[in-house]
Amino acid sequence: MPAFSQEKLLKAKEIISHYPEGMQKSALLMILHLAQEEFGGWLDVPVMDYVAELLQIEPIEVYEVATFYSMYNLKPIGRYIFEVCQTGPCMLRGSDHIVAYIEEKLGIKPGQTTIDGMFSLKTVECLGACGYAPMMQFGKTYREHLTREKIDLIIEECRQNAEANN
Amino acid sequence: MDRPLTKNINLDRPPLSLKEYEKAGGYAALRKVLKGMSPKEIQKLVQDSNLKGRGGAGFNTGTKWSFVPMGNDAPKTKYLIVNADEMEPGTFKDRVLLEGDPHQLIEGMIIAAYAIQADISYVFLRWAYRKAALLIRKSIEEAYEAGYLGKNILGSGWNLDMHLHTGVGRYMCGEETALLNALEGKRATPRAKPPFPQVSGLFGKPTIVNNVETLCCVPHIVNNGADWFKGLSYTDDGGTKLYGVSGKVNKPGCWELPMGVTLRELIEEHAGGMMDGYKFKGALPGGASTDFMTIAHMDTKMDFKSVAEVGSRLGTGTVIVMDDKTCPVGFVHNLQHFFAQESCGWCTPCREGLPWVEKILLSIEKGEGKPEDIDVLEMHGELLGPGNTFCALAPGAMEPLQSALKYFREDFEKHIHDKRCPYS
Ligand SMILES: Cc1cc2nc3c(=O)[nH]c(=O)nc-3n(C[C@H](O)[C@H](O)[C@H](O)COP(=O)(O)O)c2cc1C
Ligand code: SF4
Ligand code: FES
Repeated sequence: MPAFSQEKLLKAKEIISHYPEGMQKSALLMILHLAQEEFGGWLDVPVMDYVAELLQIEPIEVYEVATFYSMYNLKPIGRYIFEVCQTGPCMLRGSDHIVAYIEEKLGIKPGQTTIDGMFSLKTVECLGACGYAPMMQFGKTYREHLTREKIDLIIEECRQNAEANN
Repeated sequence: MDRPLTKNINLDRPPLSLKEYEKAGGYAALRKVLKGMSPKEIQKLVQDSNLKGRGGAGFNTGTKWSFVPMGNDAPKTKYLIVNADEMEPGTFKDRVLLEGDPHQLIEGMIIAAYAIQADISYVFLRWAYRKAALLIRKSIEEAYEAGYLGKNILGSGWNLDMHLHTGVGRYMCGEETALLNALEGKRATPRAKPPFPQVSGLFGKPTIVNNVETLCCVPHIVNNGADWFKGLSYTDDGGTKLYGVSGKVNKPGCWELPMGVTLRELIEEHAGGMMDGYKFKGALPGGASTDFMTIAHMDTKMDFKSVAEVGSRLGTGTVIVMDDKTCPVGFVHNLQHFFAQESCGWCTPCREGLPWVEKILLSIEKGEGKPEDIDVLEMHGELLGPGNTFCALAPGAMEPLQSALKYFREDFEKHIHDKRCPYS
């Protein structure tokens, strides 16, 4: 069974302490995020079982939640994830063209990952940056006022970053 | 012009630290409250200021607080939660407050918690707001260190804990009772009301859920009084408002302005008018789940009552402008795709109805629509209307659809008649 590193385990315990005695299930959603971070960006069944054990709840309680919320990945995902907003206000400012351009550059459709496991493309809903459309979430940052040129730069940035870390 | 909520905000630099915030007059309101105001007095003050909830429904905030059981007989643990889920499409105002001045929100939360004598407070933040998460976590720590949180706050004998809880990206997490379920580690499906959360909310205890912008108003009301707050507004609804405009305008953005500026002023002055080559066709005044306004409504005051009078809702006050080169059918289809996907599946009309609506709109957009399709869409407006579903998601989804059918009907008919989208 997978297990958290000492550091993540401490973090998990701290999160659990934010809720009253016996209400540790409240920490489930945040701990699933920790798990996703720790175990390769997605939630495999053994990982979910481990979280259930950690929180002393039934595995089904974890599956039920993991399948409901869109931010959890239930299958393997690329190292760099482009989450392009496609909702109304972004659509008005050309998000379709941005998605099409990324599809063309990477040769994948939304929901897919490149064969080398480097990039995944996702279309997502409004990220609260509608005044700076079109935009996407990229890791911990927002990339706004997207253009083809900016996409080229971001892809280049990822490639360099990957080389530097290999 | 007074801009109390955004006066400290400059998104190009980090937000004020606790020390800087104090220097700018911060936490004075909390000191004032703990020195000699009773919880009931604060409830009354906020009620008199006519602060209406900025999460979309526009309910008087002080009145909402007054439903919480008080005194020695009240249940032992009470909760205050700030709703920072901000997932209404088109809405990008709370993020400005969260990233721009986190201590303002924390001070507002502490005062609100005191007003209902809460013991624990949570910031329920959408997962995508990762920058805000870092800033809020740091600011909460600072507030603990300064003695504004924790035990015996400023020697008052009153205790309050505060924690950051990050949600997981479902629109339904923003619905007040679904939020409570999400916070309990469950699926975000709504609860039956009554009992209302004010009486039985998180873990079955009295709970207040308020929007970010709502709570950010509170310290200023305490510092300056109810009349001052009412005076900020052009209309009866108190205060300023964070308005936003998105779409094909020259300067999309978010601004704090007196409550009740007109739609025209927002679009033409603050957003710099339409981009070259585009004309205004319609606007959703307060996020995707509000009814279209048209060119005929340009001089409407953007407050709760005036927008309702022209058949829409102020909602979140962030306007989505639709231009004349965008296909209304395609645009409404995009929104219905969102709503269908975000339906939590709890009740049948919404779970089954919204995907059907989405499919019909797609077939019309592709030139495969039939004349009776318009009737089917209209029928859904009623079937999914207020009172027919378990929560307000489905009726909200019907607002842009029904109003589009009313104002842009020729566009729907032309798609069906010509068997193609006239805009493509
Ligand atoms: C589907 C749905 C989503 C909602 N999302 C939010 C949200 O993201 N933020 C928010 O403050 N209110 C949201 N609301 C409104 C809340 O239910 C609630 O009315 C609000 O948080 C109360 O705060 P207020 O009184 O300060 O406005 C939503 C309502 C519905 C029906
Ligand atoms: S109206 Fe939709 S979102 Fe609300 S409870 Fe019913 S299925 Fe869920
Ligand atoms: S619609 Fe894309 S950020 Fe809001």
